[in-house]
Amino acid sequence: MDLVTPDIGLIFWTTISFAILYFILAKFAWKPILGAVTEREKSITDALSAAEKAKEEMANLKADNEKILSEAKLQRESLLKEAREIKSKIIADAEIEATEKANKLVKSARTAIENEKSAAMKELKNTVVDLSLDIAEKLLSKELDDKSKQAENIQNILDKTKLN
Amino acid sequence: MLLRFSRICTSLLLLLFSANILANPIEASDNSKEFDVNEMIMHHIKDSHEFHIMDINGHAVSFPLPIILWTENGLVTFLSSEFDHDDSGKVIVKKKKQAFVKYHEKIYYAEQTGYLGKYVIYDDNGFVLNKKPLDLSITKMVFSMFISMVLLVLIFVATARTYSQSRNGEPTGLGKFTEPLVLFIKDEVALPMIGEKNYQKYMPFLLTLFFFIWINNVMGLIPFFPFSANLSGNIAFTFVLAVITFIITTLVANKDYWKHIFWMPGLPVPMKLFLAPIEFLGIFIKPISLMIRLFANISAGHIIILSLISLIFIFKSILLAPVSLFFSVFISLIEVLVVAIQAYIFTILSAMYIGSAIEEHEH
Repeated sequence: MDLVTPDIGLIFWTTISFAILYFILAKFAWKPILGAVTEREKSITDALSAAEKAKEEMANLKADNEKILSEAKLQRESLLKEAREIKSKIIADAEIEATEKANKLVKSARTAIENEKSAAMKELKNTVVDLSLDIAEKLLSKELDDKSKQAENIQNILDKTKLN
Repeated sequence: MLLRFSRICTSLLLLLFSANILANPIEASDNSKEFDVNEMIMHHIKDSHEFHIMDINGHAVSFPLPIILWTENGLVTFLSSEFDHDDSGKVIVKKKKQAFVKYHEKIYYAEQTGYLGKYVIYDDNGFVLNKKPLDLSITKMVFSMFISMVLLVLIFVATARTYSQSRNGEPTGLGKFTEPLVLFIKDEVALPMIGEKNYQKYMPFLLTLFFFIWINNVMGLIPFFPFSANLSGNIAFTFVLAVITFIITTLVANKDYWKHIFWMPGLPVPMKLFLAPIEFLGIFIKPISLMIRLFANISAGHIIILSLISLIFIFKSILLAPVSLFFSVFISLIEVLVVAIQAYIFTILSAMYIGSAIEEHEH
């Protein structure tokens, strides 16, 4: 029974001892130790999160780069496409223009030829008229002199006159 | 063959004889020459007013400790050596017109009507009838407790110092050994049991509790002066620690805790009525179990080791010494583990009780 009966003296001293021990250790041991531990843990977490952040930023940068690259590619492609389109358009335009010009030239040349031709015909007609008149005149004057001569003359004139 | 047979017979007889001794410890103690295992072990397990170191030629050598008494005439102090190693109430110490005797490690006012040279009187059941002063002596256990306090303060203040010397908060020197233990209490006891929100408030208590119990457990295992006191196997010691846990649990408990005890939510009313007294008793049973667990485990460890050593004296044979030593060393090694586990269990259960008292339920 003695063994399981708490002794007042020991209760008294244990209580006092534990209280004293608690206050001494809490102030001079646990506070600095736990403080150092917490601080260290905090610095580790901070470092880890900073590393994580840097990693994230790197990934972001990489993604950005890729985005820029793909955008540049797209742009180049569209530029090239545009250029190709422009080129073909220019070529087509030039062809059309050239054809138009050629057509115009041909047309104007034709008109000019037509004009020349009609002018020439006109002139020819005039010349023929003049000639005819000349011939007629000469014939008339020769007939008046000599009938044989008249015929000769006419033949002469006709020989001389080349019908164009 | 015959020799072997006779040897077996002798050992059987010896066994029978020793069993007789164990069965009749009182009979054995009548003869003062006989070695009384029971008395020796009980003497060791219990507290005493002097620190017995060893016997030389049958004469006890012990470290005297101060006896502090609050008597009818005020405070009385003297050294335990004044009782001259007497524990049977035969030596009187007179102070302040009062006479004191020590009987079975308790101090009484001396009675003149004693017989057989004893100044104590008992009733028929052997209860001492003498009046007792309030005994606040620095006993063997209190002395041992003071040593443990000094050791703890030295160890942990030195640990705290190492942090101011280290550059980046890394533990150096002693801290390399003690910090893992502190972190163990933090990460394995306080955090899971109390929770991240509140654990810091209880860390100093849990750390002090754990190391106080552990160092006293370990000191109890060291078999020579000034250690070997069975302090953490003393019910008064475990009682105080359990009461402190009980007080903290009760003081910090929130509304939820009391509600879960007296009016368990989410149950039908008859069940609530049925559970309330059980839960109410639980408030007290928890610290009582703490108290008894530590007391019984540590005391049992001491008893086992001492019993194994005593085998040599029970069988009165030096041949048994190797066996007895082997087993006591074996048990001692187990005890090294047990004392750490018991300190851990006391701490983790205290943390659990506190944690359950401040837990916020989500329903």
